[in-house]
Amino acid sequence: MVNPQMVMYEEEFNQIQAVVDRLVREANAKVVFIVDKNGQLIAASGEVENIDTTSLASLTAGNIAATGGIAKLLRENEFATQFHEGEKANIHIQLVGNRVILVVIFDSKSSLGLVRLRVRKASDELNRIFEALLSKVAEPGSDSPFAEITDEDIDNLFND
Amino acid sequence: MSFINYMAREINCKIVYYGPGLCGKTTNLQFIYERTNPDAKGKMISLATETERTLFFDFLPLSLGEIRGFKTRFHLYTVPGQVFYDASRKLILKGVDGVIFVADSQVERLEANQESVDNLRTNLAEQGYSLEKIPYVIQYNKRDLPNALPVEELRAVINPQGVPDFEANARSGMGVFETLKAVSKLVLNELRRGG
Repeated sequence: MVNPQMVMYEEEFNQIQAVVDRLVREANAKVVFIVDKNGQLIAASGEVENIDTTSLASLTAGNIAATGGIAKLLRENEFATQFHEGEKANIHIQLVGNRVILVVIFDSKSSLGLVRLRVRKASDELNRIFEALLSKVAEPGSDSPFAEITDEDIDNLFND
Repeated sequence: MSFINYMAREINCKIVYYGPGLCGKTTNLQFIYERTNPDAKGKMISLATETERTLFFDFLPLSLGEIRGFKTRFHLYTVPGQVFYDASRKLILKGVDGVIFVADSQVERLEANQESVDNLRTNLAEQGYSLEKIPYVIQYNKRDLPNALPVEELRAVINPQGVPDFEANARSGMGVFETLKAVSKLVLNELRRGG
């Protein structure tokens, strides 16, 4: 298939959300979120109310894509980890299973060492969940909910 | 690559505006941003140089409404048009669901258009996509300019395969939403077929 779909089901979503929620607590983070490599936000936790997570997701994916491009030029496989240190906020970006991106935003209440440690553990769990999810999506019978839509449904979207 | 989220009952699709430098890709997005209801759009992000040339990409998230209980969201991206930013263009095409090629109608940009279409084809092929299969529409922009070529001449060079095409003037907004609608419909049709 030229254009495989990323699909998220309730069961895996809940598992992912649990990992992300726990990571916020255990790493003393402000915000944790997971983005797929194309910039789609998958899950978020922490103080997300004041953050534009959609923009962050797209920029993080752009960042990872650019870094991946640099890695390729240097004949590296990937630079799986990135860390940006600001005056108040720091951001730790981790590529998980070369498929999704785990982002942790933290301040002086936490430390890079703690974040790294917790991210490593969370990455392993996330990797397992996403692998299970992918095999589920690959199973026959996991049809698109859009298989039944009509031309009228599509036209209705554009009627305003 | 669309993303179907059963939990949030959302479907996300990625549309990329492609075309030669200064053809009006960013202007398309700016017009859409200005004319869209605030609750249907997110922030527009432009990663541009100091001279306002696109450096990496522009990004605009849009919500179109619901289909069968699923919110449809489109993420619109532009690529940097300047020839030497090819590495960035390749990155932005990753996971694309639909492409809008924005052509510059001016006679002196015909060759740049042709080169850009060829570049699009090559870069899509690198990702395992083909221009013949992916949802793809063409916009002939800058129709208002006195040196704009007749559409037939542009079509013969840029659109030999006869994909849906539209005349536009992105500054005034003419044709902007028509082009977006056309590619969105193709993308949704592709989803219906389980693409």
